[in-house]
Amino acid sequence: MSDAILATQGLSRRFGGLMAAGNVTIELHRGRLHALVGPNGAGKTTLINLLSGELHASAGTIRYRGEDITHLSPDHRSRIGIGRSYQKTNIFPGFTAFENCRIAAQSRTPRALHIIADAFDYAPVCDAARRALEAAGLDGRGNRVAAALSHGEQRQLEIAMVLATAPEVLLLDEPLAGMGAEEAGRMVELLKKLAPDHAILLVEHDMDAVFALADTITVMVSGQVLESGPPAQIHASVAVRQAYLGDGTAAAAAS
Amino acid sequence: MKRKTLALLAALTMLALFPLAGATFYTELVTKVMILAIFALSLDLLVGYTGLVSFGHAAYYGIGAYVLGLMAPKYEAANLWLTLPAAIVLAGLAALAVGTLVVRVKGIYFIMVTLAFAQMFYFVFHDTKFGRGSDGISMNFKPVAAIGDFTPFDLANAAHVYYFVFAAMLAVFVFLRLLLRSAFGRALQGIRSNEQRMRSLGFPVYRYKLASFAIAGALAGLAGYLSALQFGFINPELLSWHQSGNVLLMLILGGLGSLYGAVVGAFAFVALQELFSSVTTHWQLLLGGTIILLVIFLPGGLASVMNRFERTLIGESGDE
Repeated sequence: MSDAILATQGLSRRFGGLMAAGNVTIELHRGRLHALVGPNGAGKTTLINLLSGELHASAGTIRYRGEDITHLSPDHRSRIGIGRSYQKTNIFPGFTAFENCRIAAQSRTPRALHIIADAFDYAPVCDAARRALEAAGLDGRGNRVAAALSHGEQRQLEIAMVLATAPEVLLLDEPLAGMGAEEAGRMVELLKKLAPDHAILLVEHDMDAVFALADTITVMVSGQVLESGPPAQIHASVAVRQAYLGDGTAAAAAS
Repeated sequence: MKRKTLALLAALTMLALFPLAGATFYTELVTKVMILAIFALSLDLLVGYTGLVSFGHAAYYGIGAYVLGLMAPKYEAANLWLTLPAAIVLAGLAALAVGTLVVRVKGIYFIMVTLAFAQMFYFVFHDTKFGRGSDGISMNFKPVAAIGDFTPFDLANAAHVYYFVFAAMLAVFVFLRLLLRSAFGRALQGIRSNEQRMRSLGFPVYRYKLASFAIAGALAGLAGYLSALQFGFINPELLSWHQSGNVLLMLILGGLGSLYGAVVGAFAFVALQELFSSVTTHWQLLLGGTIILLVIFLPGGLASVMNRFERTLIGESGDE
């Protein structure tokens, strides 16, 4: 608990009678990649929305570096260092790839309220945007309008925008979704590079990637945490195998 | 030189030389149009760049006008350099106050609450002694531009008023152009494009929208002030929802989100109004029909014609 950067305690979200996330307690540590897996509808995206502030918790608390942030707005959480990406590409389609990242980086500068100086003349923000594009493998694509990028490139841009805000915590909602094998491979390399100095929560369906990257895996089913532990433990778990990885009759029961 | 720059220079030169033709009626008409262009430019910041469709923008136009009417002494002329900043600041403050409440809501609700607040202001001036009621205010004297003993121009002279308004329009245009390229302006355009993502990137979206609403209100106040200065007469109709609707129509005619569109739209709107009203008393029917046809066949507004023209004539490489 002590060295966790982001920690939840009994976090719950109810939609009417549906418990989308129930009593979730997880911790994210710097230098560790925490993977969150589970079948569709397990509450993984709900949990990310709760952590990023886009959904209000029905019960429970969220602490960031020991401070209670359960009631902070999404923009405030972003400014203190919690960045997120989206499962469905969520960019500024009419802006160039560079401008998508530049505006993201701009949110970090106290100059954001300057109303006369040309935004493109402010080098620190432009440099941060360029670095983010490069890190996500989009160098040379900066001048393309985002809507004209390929689907895989848009996924990379999605990540580049988060990186441009220089977050400490990364909440990544299926970054590999819809990527080709080559692009996915590059993204896995990028995540490996990011892991040492970030605290990452990775929602992902690609089990090869999850087992290659994760230090800890949490399995969610129907809004509840089924099991949480190191990859070897999850791999060996009978409960997980039955509920999620699919094992004969149990798989039918779970779906 | 690019075709667009040439067209712009030609238009500016024509506007700069126009009063020299000596036709006072037309000088005054174009002055009125340029005032409406400032009004439309201020609304473009909200509708075209922030994505906030205000249907009550005339409130701040009217407030700007009333500031002059109410500040003008009965038996002497008001001073321009005192009343003009007051109009801009007070209209901006009114927009700031209304904005704290209205920018919280979205879409159709935003349209409705901006309209509701504008109607409230309308009745404040229409039904109170303070606002001088439905008859409005007739000013006995034009404001003077005196700085101490020095008076750089004469606001009773139609040509001088023309150039003053022309300068104001250019200043507003340049100000908005700079603002839209600044960090603040880019954030507004981000909010228009994808508000949710802006929030998750860390932008306090509410504050940005509020600032945009207040700046737009202040600039509308400037336009209203100039209108009061030109005609020497102020009545509650300046704040009515017809006026809010007209300025939206100008923007739609000219094209949203280009600044040029706001100016072109103001000219087109008044030209059509003059043309149709010289033909028939039912001119509003013709104007309405024209706008419907334009929206169908030219959804980007008149300002988009130039871009389209450029693309077909000189290829994609022509601009930007």
